[in-house]
Amino acid sequence: MRPFIYEQPSDISAAVALASNFTTRDDQPTRANAQFIAGGTNLADYMKLGVAEPNRLLDLNRLEEQKLRQIRVTGDGIRFGALVRMGEAADHREVKKRYPVIAGSLRLAASGQIRNVASLAGNVLQRTRCEYFRETSWACNKRVPGSGCAAMDGFNRQHAVLGGSNACIATYHGDFAQALIALDAVIHAQGSDGARQIPFAKLHRQPGDTPHIETDLAADEIITAIEVPALPWARRSLYLKIRDRESYAFALASAAVALDLDGETVRDARIALGGLATVPWRAGAAEEVLQGKKLDEASAGAAADAAFAEAQPHQHNAFKIELGKRTLVRALLETRDMKV
Amino acid sequence: MDVAAPRPKENQGEPLPRVDARLKVTGQAHYPADLPTANLAHGALATSSIARGKVAKLRLDDARAVPGLLDIVTYGDMDKVDKPKFGNSSATSIGPLHDRTIFHDGQIIALAVAETFEAAEEAARLIRAEYEEDKPTASFDSPGTKTVAAAGKSPMFKEDVKAGDFDAAFAAAAVKIDQRYSTPTQHHNPIELFSTTAYWQGDQLVVHEPSQNVTGWKVELARQLKMDPANVRIVSPFIGGAFGSKGPMTPRTAIVAVAAKRLGRPVRCVTSRMQAFGTQTYRAETRHRIRIGARKDGRITAFAHEGWEVTSRPDLYVVGGTSATGRMYGYGSVLTHVSLVQADRNTPGYMRSPPETPYVYALENAMDEMAVALGMDPVEFRRINEPKTEPIGKKPFSSRSLIQCYDQAAAAFGWAKRDPKVGAMRDGDWLVGMGCATAIYPTAVAPCAARVRLTVDGDVRLQCGSHEIGTGIRTVAGQMASERLGVAIDKISVEMGDSSLPPAPVSGGSISTASVCSAVLKACDAIRTKLYAAATAEGGPLAGSHNEEFDLADGKIVAKSGASAKVEDVLKAMQVGAIEEYAEFAPKGATPEALKKLYAGTPEFHGGDQDEDSVKYAFGAEFVEVRINRYTREIRVPRIVGAFAAGRIMNTRTARSQLMGGMIWGIGQALHEATEVDRRYARYVNRDLQDYLVPVNADIKDLQVILVPEVDHAVNPAGVKGLGELGNVGTAAAVASAVYHATGKRIRDLPIRVEQLLV
Ligand SMILES: Cc1cc2nc3c(=O)[nH]c(=O)nc-3n(C[C@H](O)[C@H](O)[C@H](O)COP(=O)(O)OP(=O)(O)OC[C@H]3O[C@@H](n4cnc5c(N)ncnc54)[C@H](O)[C@@H]3O)c2cc1C
Ligand code: SF4
Repeated sequence: MRPFIYEQPSDISAAVALASNFTTRDDQPTRANAQFIAGGTNLADYMKLGVAEPNRLLDLNRLEEQKLRQIRVTGDGIRFGALVRMGEAADHREVKKRYPVIAGSLRLAASGQIRNVASLAGNVLQRTRCEYFRETSWACNKRVPGSGCAAMDGFNRQHAVLGGSNACIATYHGDFAQALIALDAVIHAQGSDGARQIPFAKLHRQPGDTPHIETDLAADEIITAIEVPALPWARRSLYLKIRDRESYAFALASAAVALDLDGETVRDARIALGGLATVPWRAGAAEEVLQGKKLDEASAGAAADAAFAEAQPHQHNAFKIELGKRTLVRALLETRDMKV
Repeated sequence: MDVAAPRPKENQGEPLPRVDARLKVTGQAHYPADLPTANLAHGALATSSIARGKVAKLRLDDARAVPGLLDIVTYGDMDKVDKPKFGNSSATSIGPLHDRTIFHDGQIIALAVAETFEAAEEAARLIRAEYEEDKPTASFDSPGTKTVAAAGKSPMFKEDVKAGDFDAAFAAAAVKIDQRYSTPTQHHNPIELFSTTAYWQGDQLVVHEPSQNVTGWKVELARQLKMDPANVRIVSPFIGGAFGSKGPMTPRTAIVAVAAKRLGRPVRCVTSRMQAFGTQTYRAETRHRIRIGARKDGRITAFAHEGWEVTSRPDLYVVGGTSATGRMYGYGSVLTHVSLVQADRNTPGYMRSPPETPYVYALENAMDEMAVALGMDPVEFRRINEPKTEPIGKKPFSSRSLIQCYDQAAAAFGWAKRDPKVGAMRDGDWLVGMGCATAIYPTAVAPCAARVRLTVDGDVRLQCGSHEIGTGIRTVAGQMASERLGVAIDKISVEMGDSSLPPAPVSGGSISTASVCSAVLKACDAIRTKLYAAATAEGGPLAGSHNEEFDLADGKIVAKSGASAKVEDVLKAMQVGAIEEYAEFAPKGATPEALKKLYAGTPEFHGGDQDEDSVKYAFGAEFVEVRINRYTREIRVPRIVGAFAAGRIMNTRTARSQLMGGMIWGIGQALHEATEVDRRYARYVNRDLQDYLVPVNADIKDLQVILVPEVDHAVNPAGVKGLGELGNVGTAAAVASAVYHATGKRIRDLPIRVEQLLV
């Protein structure tokens, strides 16, 4: 592993100041000399593999602001501090009651050990697990811009069928983000230009021609909180994750679904898809199809078809289109049948 | 009852806890890379990123600039040592630093040694190779493969077995199938990483390395380093998972030894998980064509099994499982052929039940297809084809309890409740399927030596250069001594895993319990004979008793007549503080060279299909229930039952644990495990445990192991059939059979994943 300097700033402004000192405006957070570290389950791993090469780590765990570690439930919704651990949020009573889709997305992620140390902000910002990205001897446009994409014609079973480009088809693997995008969450960030709010759907960038640009954040910007607006009918919501084994695996396909039902008729629906796209993926077209419809296998199937109308298969991942559709159908029907 | 400690039935030993259980669960068991070593330097490997070509240039400047770097061992630095010789003790004939040719992805190109592990890794990462690259051949179907017949290419695979006139019988068969099956590349991925620690004491070399074969390694390493084997010592007290991967030594060992010599200080090299994929062995992908012909009543008349296996360019490694599949049932005629397909890959090697896992998977999947073709219950189909003698040499089985296994497993599983109609069983949105398959593993045994000492204080010290790879061999060897010497297990210390101990064969082929226990038995019996002779001698405590049956219990010699004497008193009367016996066991049929070969690290295997009098196998039957979601098609295994008969069971706890681990692995083989090869570059893609999937706890629900009593005195003096590799042999086929029953889809290519069931 490359040697690095390790610092423990004591509050948010100190952390931001350090970051802006050692980064420039054009730096991508994942490529900057100075990078934030929270639980380290993603970043430290990639440093050991030589994928991330910061020479200065700014540890956020000593930041004194307590709200970074708190979950606050109000009439307006729920606000997660950036350093809240995945496990804590997954087990939170109000989260489980009001937003089963959030609790489910966290509970089905990673392992108990990782959930106990990984932070929510770090989770949202986790980088792809593309095998060719993780091992530095392969060509990878995301890791080394312009070097090519070994996955495109290589072994790409786990790769994305939605949101890919000719430069990169790496999947965004996080689960929690699917619940957040479905529920119109908002990111609170603070950088040297001050504090700002970013709609969750704007946080991640599709690869396009610049797969190395992964998010909208500046290198000196810290996520401080994740806010989810109140949505009373989100009590009828769930996260369905299909994977190769029963636990401790990333999704082959997943669906975050919340339904507002009038009897069996859909007043409103929120749908996001995981394991299938290059970024957290809101399936707006599928939501529209369901609007005002009776929810049954046929309408769920029509919604699923709409969600994948633009899907692009590659050599080993074509099955994900069919699997994604079925995952969504099943999730919709299971959400309909929830007792709330 | 504690399920982990099944109550012993006939011919089964007590479920004693492992003698090293507490050490292991409290972190006090020292694995080779944990052994404290003073003044240690750390090594890290640099490996190739191409699979075929030449290293034109190595740039070492950046690496040399890393603070703390001590040395780089690379081309030219190994010229004074000999290249490895491919065989049981050596994984490959490639001497990676002997020449600049690259034979496979991940081949060692240098070892960087530094003051710290981190500096060594950083330096290794900064070693830059410039290659002259050739287009590599990845696997089956890639341009550039070379196919050769396997027979005679390995001492373990002499011939393609056959019997009768297959072609005529198959042509005449009323019902037949002709199908192809495949198994993927798999890597052992033991949790303990591969490591070598080497240091020199004068002209003596000590190597700490997880090894299943300390004696073989000692001799092979001495050969490479042109040393007297007496000056080489391999130490491997505990092994954190091996599964065959730590059977043959890899070229790394000699490289680290050379580095330690150059620096004059100990060097430790722990390879990364990713590097292990290219620097160690693995199970290569296999393909099979199976033809079975039968009469309408279900009697098989014709069986043909053709296999293809990938191997490297330089080494013709063979698994060749047709010896077992060709003898499994009472086929009328048998035709087999095994081919090796050479590609630009590292040399494969033993992996738990090397021949049986892929070959029996294909056979048992075909048997299930055949049962369907016949419209017959798959258990009944096997019952009908139960042989009196094996079909190849017409020899009897020394014992064969397959039908008992089927009956007991079927009863425990509730097979009678299965609706044979495909797709008929459901539970809500879940399709339910049930399937079964046979497990078989050859019962082999090899020469082995052991030293046992009984002291006047009633302590026993048992020494044997076998290996605790997690099977519980220390415990069962101790149990054997405990039983024969009448000493409680906590008075017995068992030393293993050191080439300075009496030699034992490689811990592979499920021979250890049989071989080690036979040697321990022999040593203990020699002690008993001495004790009895002394006790019954003039003036001894049992004087007057002659040639009477006697036993040793609770520190006493107890004659059949009831007279008894304390062992302590007998030793005192003999005026000795201890009796020590060094025993060498050689199996029946051993050649005059057998013991010499044991010391040379090239032990003979006997049993299995090798003996004149009979063939020797252990059997089992496995039943699996799967559930498959009707929408998303993911496969889960809520229940699995396996019944196994393996002669004398030394310890029901460790036996169950082995079989359970095998069955779990079998589920992994069926549903999870596969190393993906990038076909363009002949490189492994999913080189870590994130993407190389094995079952986790949540995948394993209700798992039951039944130990079927069986007595077999023909196999070896201990009456033990090995079972370490039996449990995972039938599982994958049983899962495939259950998947078919649930869905009507016959999956012939492992692993079975959602994508195969969506279409
Ligand atoms: C074996 C394994 C299995 C996993 N399985 C799953 C799974 O099934 N589903 C799933 O969703 N995830 C899974 N994960 C991913 C895991 O959830 C993430 O690694 C974890 O959530 C990251 O959180 P962290 O706090 O450790 O982040 P870190 O590793 O500390 O940081 C990750 C990134 O976020 C940045 N960062 C962290 N905090 C902030 C902040 N406050 N402001 C700005 N930038 C910040 C860091 O600079 C870094 O780039 C798995 C991980 C592993 C290792
Ligand atoms: S898919 Fe993206 S991350 Fe993976 S190799 Fe291609 S460019 Fe790199």
